[in-house]
Amino acid sequence: MEIRRNSGPMKWVFIGISALFLTIMLILPLIYVITTALQDGSAAFMKAVRDTYAVKAILLTVKVTLITLIFNTVFGVFAAWCITRFQFKGKKIISTLIDLPLTVSPVVAGLIFLLTFGRQSALYPFLKSAGIQIVFAVPGIVLATIFVTFPFVAREIIPVLTAAGSDEEEAAALMGAGGFRIFREITLPRIKWALLYGIVLCAARAMGEFGAVSVLSGHLRGKTNTMPLYIELLYQGYDFTGAFAMSAILVIMAVVILILRSVLKNKGKGSTENGRPE
Amino acid sequence: MTAFMRKNKRVIPGFGLSFGVTVAALGFIVLIPLCSLVVFSSGISFKEFAAVVTSPRVRASYLVSFETSLIAAVIDACLGLILAWTLVRYDFPGKKIMNGVIELPFALPTAVAGIALTHLTTTNGWVGSLFAKFGIEIAYTRIGITTALVFIGIPFVVRATQPVLAKLDVQYEEAARILGANGRQTMMDVIFPEILPALVGGFTLSFARGLGEYGSVVFIAGNQPYKTEIAPLMIMSKLQEYDYASATSIALVMLLVAFLILFINAVLQSRTSKIVSGIS
Repeated sequence: MEIRRNSGPMKWVFIGISALFLTIMLILPLIYVITTALQDGSAAFMKAVRDTYAVKAILLTVKVTLITLIFNTVFGVFAAWCITRFQFKGKKIISTLIDLPLTVSPVVAGLIFLLTFGRQSALYPFLKSAGIQIVFAVPGIVLATIFVTFPFVAREIIPVLTAAGSDEEEAAALMGAGGFRIFREITLPRIKWALLYGIVLCAARAMGEFGAVSVLSGHLRGKTNTMPLYIELLYQGYDFTGAFAMSAILVIMAVVILILRSVLKNKGKGSTENGRPE
Repeated sequence: MTAFMRKNKRVIPGFGLSFGVTVAALGFIVLIPLCSLVVFSSGISFKEFAAVVTSPRVRASYLVSFETSLIAAVIDACLGLILAWTLVRYDFPGKKIMNGVIELPFALPTAVAGIALTHLTTTNGWVGSLFAKFGIEIAYTRIGITTALVFIGIPFVVRATQPVLAKLDVQYEEAARILGANGRQTMMDVIFPEILPALVGGFTLSFARGLGEYGSVVFIAGNQPYKTEIAPLMIMSKLQEYDYASATSIALVMLLVAFLILFINAVLQSRTSKIVSGIS
């Protein structure tokens, strides 16, 4: 009771600081992007967005994001299943390695793929004779994006699966259910919201990745320019309307992602609360 | 226990497949690229390496990165704690929106954040013009870099401390109050020790992220050599000159520092959590 009473004036100071900080640091940039994108009228905005190179950049970003999502979702589910359902040697090493990309600077992430597949690599002659170009081409962009978002899906599912325990899966297996059936009927319903949450997180980072992609892209207009790279190009060319118009699309995507995230978070809380030991 | 684990392994199917997929993906995406970094750097002589990383311009860029990330992480730790406290302890209109908005830096592409913050903080921008009256320039200075890093790092601190604050039992505070502690004593002696490990964890994450951040900083930094050039940008410019050996040398130091920070954090975490929980 006493705490409630004493927190009276402090409450509004704290809320004030929080609201002020969030408004200036986080919301103002969003408003700025939208108003700058529309400052020359909606016709100029549409023209910038419908530009051939802009459309190509949007399509490339969609493509890269989708491939990344599929790869990391499949990997995340298998990795989480492997780590939470079995005991084996080297488990710690595997989970450490999964988290490793989070600690690597995006630019360094780009660099390591450049060293792996670039001209000075031992693999380069093989790749060249096979006609595969990875560095300064779309495959390089995809690899870099997969790397920076690698742990996102796995990290969301692992805690849910650990908390749920494996009793039910064991029972199902003893009663003769196959692996896929166990996954579909027991595991998937449990991890569904965490999985979607991880996918949304992964999509957010994948569509916006800049540093790693910038190293590997080669910046070929219309070919290897993703949306963030295209924004940089326009910005450096002082085409601010164009740069902010493209940014506005990403801002809208970011807001959609935030809404999706909070919806999924609430759903996830409801469905896993019973299974969590908290 | 071991018998149970062994049984466990046999009962649920799919070990071979899931282990295979996991290791194959890890190998291809993480291990092989990291190994090629090791292989490539083994071709660089130590003398060459030392010459690159101790050259004045590279040293200056390390210092800029370190200084701005550290200040930004400290600001994030303070503001993040206030934000987490506000969201956990108080009810007010718009709380849900506030809680969602905090994660904006995770969702907004860094390049977009970078150009928006730059335009806002130039001397004739919406925010920059206010500060310019007091003679403070934000964009194209270290203050600008720090601003971008505060933006990038804030959700790490909030998300690390929020669950711990929520779990903290109000009874302890009430007990402290009844025993005669004043507000500050309760805060410093009861609440702070409990949330310290989480706060350190959030601080470390935002610091580590700040050291490597590129997209949001590169626009606002102005990129003047010796003044506002960050370490990731040095790697980038070496790569644009196809000087892979120098780029790798600079990157190796950054990787080492990142691992060192995470290691120190892990040690601190296990120590503080032991102290707090009373298990030694």
